[in-house]
Amino acid sequence: MSESLFGIHAAALELRSQRMGMITSNIANAATPGYRARDIDFSAALNARMNGMSADKASDAASLYRVPVMPTLDGNTVELPTEQVAFSENAVGYSATLSFISGRVNTITRALKGE
Amino acid sequence: MGAPMTLFDLAQRGMSAQLVRMNAAASNLANASTVSSSENGTYRPIRAVFAEELDNRSGLASVNVRSVVRENTAAIKEHNPDHPLADGNGDIWKTPVDENAEMVEMLESARQYQNLVEALSTAKQLMLDTMRLK
Repeated sequence: MSESLFGIHAAALELRSQRMGMITSNIANAATPGYRARDIDFSAALNARMNGMSADKASDAASLYRVPVMPTLDGNTVELPTEQVAFSENAVGYSATLSFISGRVNTITRALKGE
Repeated sequence: MGAPMTLFDLAQRGMSAQLVRMNAAASNLANASTVSSSENGTYRPIRAVFAEELDNRSGLASVNVRSVVRENTAAIKEHNPDHPLADGNGDIWKTPVDENAEMVEMLESARQYQNLVEALSTAKQLMLDTMRLK
């Protein structure tokens, strides 16, 4: 029911939330030796999700290791500017998806009330 | 094993780890000018070593402090026979703390802490918006 009600936005919100967790993990591990930063290829994950894959599997399949601009001696590939930009981009995407969903909810509510 | 890790757990662990790191740097700075009468008795700088802590159920990777290690740097010998702690040869041993390096360590730690706070507050705001669906 909710799949057809919210369409692509429900899947997108789920994936945005998972990507937010992954980028926060990168930020938390900015000083961990040997940690390799990961990110979700969002459009690939969304495609997989829309083709019927579960959200967890879709984000796992689309997770990639980040390629650092400059490698470090301790093998850590977290670069804070990159992570900050990715995080804010993802947060904006999350907000956008959220407003699509709330617009849809408003539409349905008004239809139900018959205004 | 309790509940799966949340963003809040993740940020909290990351912040605690940064605090341990900052405490280590502060201890080093506090001991920067201590003097000892033997080479082995000299204070050696301590350093927190982080390790990734992956929670498979939520896919979040948190951080914990694997250990706090002592740096293996040589003490600085100084000939100063008048010093009350001087040994038989009139030498004292100074702590090998690089104050500039410690200050940079603290700055970096503070920046990473701030980053985590910022990420957490954005994530919290988004979660609240989702709850209210406004």
